[in-house]
Formats: sequence, structure tokens, C-alpha cells
Amino acid sequence: MKIEGKRSIWKEYQKEIADDRYFYVRSCVRQNFFPGSEKTFLRIMKDVLHKDVFENASHTTCSGIGYHSDVVPFETAMTMVARQFAIMTEAGYENFTTSCITSFGLYSEILETWHHFPEVEERVRQHLINATGRTFNKPANLAHASDVIFKFRKEIAAGGMYRLINKHTGKPLQVVEHIGCHYSKMFPAKGVGGAEYPYVLAGMIEDWGGDVIDYPERRHCCGFGFRQYLIQANRGYSLACSKKKFDSMAPYKPDFILTNCPGCPMFLDRWQYALSEMEGITYGENGLGIPVLTYEELAGMILGYDPWDLGLQVHQVPVEPLLDKIGIPYDSKRKFLTMDGKMMGQPKAPSHLKFYQHE
Amino acid sequence: MNKKVIVVGGGVSGMTAAGALSELGMEVVLLEKDDHTGGHAGNWDRLFPSRRPGKEVIDFIEKSMSSTVEIRCGSRVTSIDRNTEGFTVNLHNGDPLTAESVVIATGYELFDARKKEEYGYGIYDNVITSAELEAIFKEGRQLVTHNGKTPQRVGLIHCVGSRDEKVGNLYCSKVCCVTGVKQAIEIREMLPGCEVFSFYMDLRMYDRNFEELYYEAQQKWGVNFIRGRLSECAENPDHSLILKTEDTLTGRPLKMTVDLVVLLVGFVPRPETRIISDMLKLQTGSDGFLSPVDEHFKDNSTSVPGLFLAGAVKGPACIVNSIADARATAVQVKAYINGEMVKW
Repeated sequence: MKIEGKRSIWKEYQKEIADDRYFYVRSCVRQNFFPGSEKTFLRIMKDVLHKDVFENASHTTCSGIGYHSDVVPFETAMTMVARQFAIMTEAGYENFTTSCITSFGLYSEILETWHHFPEVEERVRQHLINATGRTFNKPANLAHASDVIFKFRKEIAAGGMYRLINKHTGKPLQVVEHIGCHYSKMFPAKGVGGAEYPYVLAGMIEDWGGDVIDYPERRHCCGFGFRQYLIQANRGYSLACSKKKFDSMAPYKPDFILTNCPGCPMFLDRWQYALSEMEGITYGENGLGIPVLTYEELAGMILGYDPWDLGLQVHQVPVEPLLDKIGIPYDSKRKFLTMDGKMMGQPKAPSHLKFYQHE
Repeated sequence: MNKKVIVVGGGVSGMTAAGALSELGMEVVLLEKDDHTGGHAGNWDRLFPSRRPGKEVIDFIEKSMSSTVEIRCGSRVTSIDRNTEGFTVNLHNGDPLTAESVVIATGYELFDARKKEEYGYGIYDNVITSAELEAIFKEGRQLVTHNGKTPQRVGLIHCVGSRDEKVGNLYCSKVCCVTGVKQAIEIREMLPGCEVFSFYMDLRMYDRNFEELYYEAQQKWGVNFIRGRLSECAENPDHSLILKTEDTLTGRPLKMTVDLVVLLVGFVPRPETRIISDMLKLQTGSDGFLSPVDEHFKDNSTSVPGLFLAGAVKGPACIVNSIADARATAVQVKAYINGEMVKW
């Protein structure tokens, strides 16, 4: 593979990402799946980068999950998104930043629709006035939160305590990057690096010391696929998609998988457990799985945050092998303690997927 | 009247037009930006459908340019001005030239396969273009993978940069289908143990002996034709390539590993042609190629009196058609210079 070829493509897809004053909207599901990620994003933005990030509790779902599951009509979705823009406008912000990839895709789709069909925008504006009496400005800048971390990846590296280097071998960690389908597959120009070889996560991995793995099923869906999972009868297809990816990446011996979507880390993490129970297959070394991280978790690890503050204890695939490779300390005894020091309970050991024993 | 004509472009069309104009008694200057004439055809080993050596055709056309044709290689046109005397053509290296008439025969460029990002050209070591394969044939080199092994399986991908809304080219490049068939046969000739798979949307075997060549490829050479547009190409750890497509005849998705992929790249207008058309306010089609005044009856003429077009500058054309078109242009130019009205 010629990295120069990828760099040439990356140059074609440069994206403007606002420098400060972000109106941040959370995901519907991430706080359940990976509870430390959004909190870590805010912590990095405020404490490390000293940026103005504003949240508003009146923010609701963008309805993207329903839209992509064919239960919410586009007209409804547009009006709900118009309301989010109204809240941003009322707060005095113009840089809209989403935690969720599907939200980012939906916001991009709606803004593009309004650009090409101004009469639709006018109709939605009227819907919003009728329903809420609100008006809005469209965002001056729309970015996914991973775009923002990408923008400041060098600052994070400079202020970091750790790099993606195997402390035992001195070699860069081998990393699979998995991009959410709704990030740039619909609108390549809206994503850092385009749709075919996105750079948003690859840039973080590079600047934080790791090597990116280019494996054959890199572009394939994580397995969520909305209706693949949400309709129970389709879940075998969801698992098959994830298995296809694991089978394809396993020969490259990845140290971990990095993601930027709410669903992808969930399915790439939890389905490793499901596949191990169903088929007895594990994809990591010595019966372990391949750890799966969100980009906020990884940025927090680079900055030396306590792994349990990042929420790594709720991962299905143990993350400790990766922490040990990098040399990040952790207290195993605190893994399942709540914030106020109570025992939250410990999961039952899976049949095949091993729990990690600290070295 | 000085009967001087400047032909811009030293490929098949330009050389043919220059030779014909010289035969017709004109004083001709042929301008070529590269350091040699011959254009794309000069890089081709054998030509479809007869597989006649490309050099044979180029040599014939070069010989047809008598000594009265002044060939100026390495000359890039910077501007063309129409004035009352005729034309002034300015070059990047030398004094301006004047002429009664100018023929634009700047041809085409090959589509930059990197724009089809999902096919991996410029990224994966074993993805090459049809032009690179032709250079291997022409130089007498053995076809091998990037690590020097003889490929056991080769995939040829049709319509790369043509009939593709995603890259902005809706038009057919006309010559790639039959080029792909020709090259598939040539790979089998060179490497009898190598399987060859051609992935196509539909095969446009429009001209004489094209269909026969397509049959020969299947019946004599065992080339496998799969009706399906490639969706993506990815690399395996051993640098072989995984192709994903849908076999639209069986209606099933298809995934196949090959050792080498050849992208049959189409035609695109040259950027220089766009500059010339802007300069002289010439009409272009939605495909970006120059348009003649009338596609049926004045298909070599432009809206600028004395300025004519020849060959693939008007859109994809094979060598046979380019030669015929350039000869027709020469007749039109002579009639214009002599003040004759061509009624046909």
C-alpha cells in the first residue's frame, strides 16, 4: 500500500472545523453504551483546550435513529432538527457540534436538502413556527465531535502523557479505525478525508503514535445497520456483518479498534462476546477480544485520565491488555466501584472470551 | 493569400490533418507540446480489433507528412487571437506565428483513475491502468505483480471514468470496451495459465470486427466476462486484491480475489482545450469536449471563421474515426482558404 496515495486523497477533502464556541448536542444512546465518552469530550474541551462548549437541556433526539429505521418521516425529522437549530440560535451560538454520527449525517442531509430546495426550508420554518413559535439560523459550521478532536489532535498529543506505542516492543500499536457509515458515505465532502479513506480517526492514530491497519472489510458496516439490529428477526445479519469484519481484520493482529459512532463501538464490542458464546471464536491474543474504544476514550487515555473515569469498565471486551501495552496504570480493585465508592456488581465471566489477568 | 495553416496537436488527428493539408498544397506548421509527435496512439502496442502494431500506423501517418510540414515539438500554445489577417498563435517559447487557418487537434487525456477512489489506484500496489498495461506490452516486459510474481488471476474493470455520474462523466469513451477485450486476449496470450475476468456494465462492440473479437476472447481464450460494475477494491495482507461487485446476470453479490487489477480508463477533455475554448468563446458540450457548429453537416467547423476541429477534441473517438475526421477537416480548411463553399 502506498500511503502517499491516501495522503493525496486526504488533501482533496479538507473540511472547515470551527475553532471555538461550540453548541454541543449529545447522542440519544452513547451515555448508556459508553457512559464516560461525552463527559470526557467536555472535559478535554474545557480543561485542556479551554474552549467554550455550550449544552442545553432542552435539546431532544434529532430523530435520526427513527428516520433511518423508517419510522420517522423526513418532514418530521426536518422540523425536529429545525428546533435544535432554534435552541442553538437562542443561545447565541452558530457552530453546531454533534456527538452522534447519525445526527451528523441527518443534519448534513437536511442542510443539503434546504440548500437545493429552499422551498422545503421555508415550509419547515413554517412548521416550526406553527408548532413552537420559534425561528432559527442555520449553523455557520457543522462538525461532528470527532472532527473537533481531530482538529486539536496535535494539541492533545503535545499535552499527553502516553503514546500509542507498545512499551514492551517499542513499536507503534496496530489500530483498526472504523468510521460510522453516516459520517461521510452520504456526503464525502462533509467528512475529513472523504468517504473511501476517511482521515478523521486515522489522523488521531497517526499523531498519537500508532499505525493504521488497512484491511479488506474496512468499509463494511459494523453490524448495527439500524434495521439489521432493531428488527429482532434480522439480528443474525447484524452478527454476520460484525463477524465478517472481525475475520477480515484478525490476520493483522490489531491492538484495538477505534470508532466515532454511537452504534459501532457497541456492536464491535458486544458482538465479540456474542460470537464467542455462539461459536467459541475470540479475535484477540490468547482468547482475549480486540478492545474497542471511542475517540474520546482514547484521547482521555492519551491525556492520562483514570481509565475507570473514562468508563472503560463497562466495555464487554476487557481494555486492560491495551492499558498494559501502553503502560497506563489502573487499579483493578476500583474497576467496578461506583463514583461514590460502592460496588456496582461484577459481570459473570463469559464461556470463552477471557477476562484479563493483570501482568 | 499565404495558404498557411497551423495545426495544434501532434497526435493521430493533428498529424493526419497536417499531412493531408500539405498534400493539398498548404504550408503547414504542426505544434506539439510534448517532445515528440504520436500522441496516445504512439504509446499503444497493438491496435484493436486487428491487433496491428500501433507503430505501423504512426509511421504511416508520419511519412504522410511531407517535408513541407514544419513540426515544432515542445511548443505550448499560450493564446490564439483572431484578427482581420487571420490568426496569431502565441507560444510559450518563441515568436508568434500567423496563419490563415488553425486546426485544433488537441485530443484528450486519459481519466485520472485516482478519482475512482474506491478502486485503489495509486494506493494499492497491484492496481494499474490499461495505459500502463499497454506500456508493458509495448516494452516487451513480462506482466508481473508488484512483488514480481506471475499473476494467476487478473481482473479488468470496464468504464473507469466513463458512464459514471459519480465522477461527473456521463458519456461513453467508446474505445475502452474493445480495448479491454483486446488486452484480455493479450494477457492470456502472454500468460496461458492466468485466468482473466472482465467486469462490465454492457459491452459496446459497435464497429466492424469488434463483436468477433469479443467472441474470440470467450471461445478461444476463455476470458470470463462478468456483468457487474465494481463497487470496491481492497487489499489482502499478501497484496492480492479483493473485488466486490454484483453479478447482475445471476442477481447475486460477488466477491473475488485477483492478483492484479487493470482499470480501463476513459477519455476526458484536456485542460488546455478548455483554455482555448474560453479564449475563442467556442462551444463545448456538457461533457467538456468542443462542439462543432453542426453535428451532422459542419462537424469540423467552429463559430470562429477559419478555426476548425479534428479528432477526439470533439469527444471520444477511435483511431480509424480520428483519421477519417482529420482528412475531412483538411478538405474543409482548403475550401475555406480558397474561398470555396463546401455544400456537403
